[in-house]
Amino acid sequence: MTNVDASSPVIQLRNLSKFYGTFQALTDVSLDVASGERMVICGPSGSGKSTLIRCVNQLESHDAGQVIVNSVELGNDRRALRAVRTNVGMVFQQFNLFPHLTVLDNLTLGPMRSRKLSKEVATTLAQRYLERVRIPEQADKYPSQLSGGQQQRVAIARSLCMEPDVMLFDEPTSALDPEMISEVLEVMVELADTGMTMMVVTHEMGFARKVADTLVFMDEGKIVEQSSPADFFSNPKTERGRLFLEQILQH
Amino acid sequence: MIGLTMKTSMRSFCRHVAGCRGSAQVDAQASAQICARAGSSQRRSTQPRWWMTLSVLLASVFLTGCGDKLQWYVVSPSTPAGQANLKFMMGGLKYTLLLSVTAIVISVFIGLLVALPGLSKNIFARGFNRVYVALVRAVPLLVLILWVYYGLPIMMGVAINAFWAGVIALALSDSAFEAEIFRAGIQSIDRGQLEASDSLGLGYIDRMRYVVLPQAIRRVLPPLGNQLIYMLKMSSLVSIIGMEDLTRRANEVVTAEYRPLETYTVLMLEYLVLILVVTAGVRWLERRLTTRDAR
Repeated sequence: MTNVDASSPVIQLRNLSKFYGTFQALTDVSLDVASGERMVICGPSGSGKSTLIRCVNQLESHDAGQVIVNSVELGNDRRALRAVRTNVGMVFQQFNLFPHLTVLDNLTLGPMRSRKLSKEVATTLAQRYLERVRIPEQADKYPSQLSGGQQQRVAIARSLCMEPDVMLFDEPTSALDPEMISEVLEVMVELADTGMTMMVVTHEMGFARKVADTLVFMDEGKIVEQSSPADFFSNPKTERGRLFLEQILQH
Repeated sequence: MIGLTMKTSMRSFCRHVAGCRGSAQVDAQASAQICARAGSSQRRSTQPRWWMTLSVLLASVFLTGCGDKLQWYVVSPSTPAGQANLKFMMGGLKYTLLLSVTAIVISVFIGLLVALPGLSKNIFARGFNRVYVALVRAVPLLVLILWVYYGLPIMMGVAINAFWAGVIALALSDSAFEAEIFRAGIQSIDRGQLEASDSLGLGYIDRMRYVVLPQAIRRVLPPLGNQLIYMLKMSSLVSIIGMEDLTRRANEVVTAEYRPLETYTVLMLEYLVLILVVTAGVRWLERRLTTRDAR
């Protein structure tokens, strides 16, 4: 099932801690993500899973510990951080498309400005990824003219246009109407099949079961369990994990 | 209420047409035409053109209301003397426009440069922004004009003509307000937009240029339009140092003819028409920018 290369973790988190004022959002979290690994992070709200994934590309800075991506430790070096960010795609809960730009311009902005590609190359790239998320016909529309599911697929394509090594998903389906969730998950499953390294924060347990190599269960800013999804769903090792599963699988 | 005013003004209008040798009628028609022309650029708008009605109404009240106290011949388009005066007064339009437009372009530019450090994490950059805004905003415009025209040359050792003194004073004074407008506009942009730019590896300049400012400028167009109108009006203060703008020209006509009521009424109408045209222009720009991204 996996093509995980355990010898070279793409992302290494070492004893990560993060505070918001006096509130500790992350406590001493350590985690490795290998190249090609698909990791799903779940847990109750406020458990620190979004904070964790946002530390990987430093949308949140950490207060203690280390974040190492592609062997580069992230700290105060802005240039190194930008280089890492071009290699780490991120998909947000609220899509965060640029509303004043067409779909095509949303997709070509990053490649042209960060990767210094020419307009022609960037456009070809954009069209290729729009086809991959199955909305090539929407290239000239503005984000507000698309449905939520289409917008999120554009956001995925926008990240893919950077041709990243890793894709981060921060609750990508949580803001969507129920009937649009599956079209986004389908695109994500297809992406997983290409061997992309993925870190996904989600409540979609079906997706976790189908796609994840590793399932991380967090609570109160700590990693409570880390195992294969099959093990976690059939036989959670902790009482907290069992309780969480009971609650989300109840209905 | 409006109907009543209309009726009263029409009655007095008719009563005085003969007395004023018909010139009031001509003036009323002329200004109504000017207003109508200003209105035509708004034709496709669905908004009621209440201000057109209002200005026609105002014009007819002004031109007919005061009876024998008015001697319209000084600004009548039907006599050679009146034509000469009107032409002379309109001649100030060029400088009013040139002064206001130059000053607003410069003040928008300075305003942006002052707004950006105000949004920085750096305490000194923010401090610069606060101090600049506080100091510049506290100087009355007329005082600043006098200081720039009479004071600055002594300090710099070079003479500044009235036009550039006016531009510097207007632009400086306005830049503090522009800075606050831009700061508000940029702060109103959703955090998610910044995070998306960051995650695409965009640097500060690219992020501002391609993501933040295009959205912020759409949002601050209404207050920017306000400032432009304010600037057009405040440019009249520059007449005090001898700028040959609309106000200065009107003053000169008043000195020569000694008919302040008629002359200043025409001056007010000049500003009114100018500002209605600018208002229509700003609205047009707003519509164009918002329909383009279909929001």
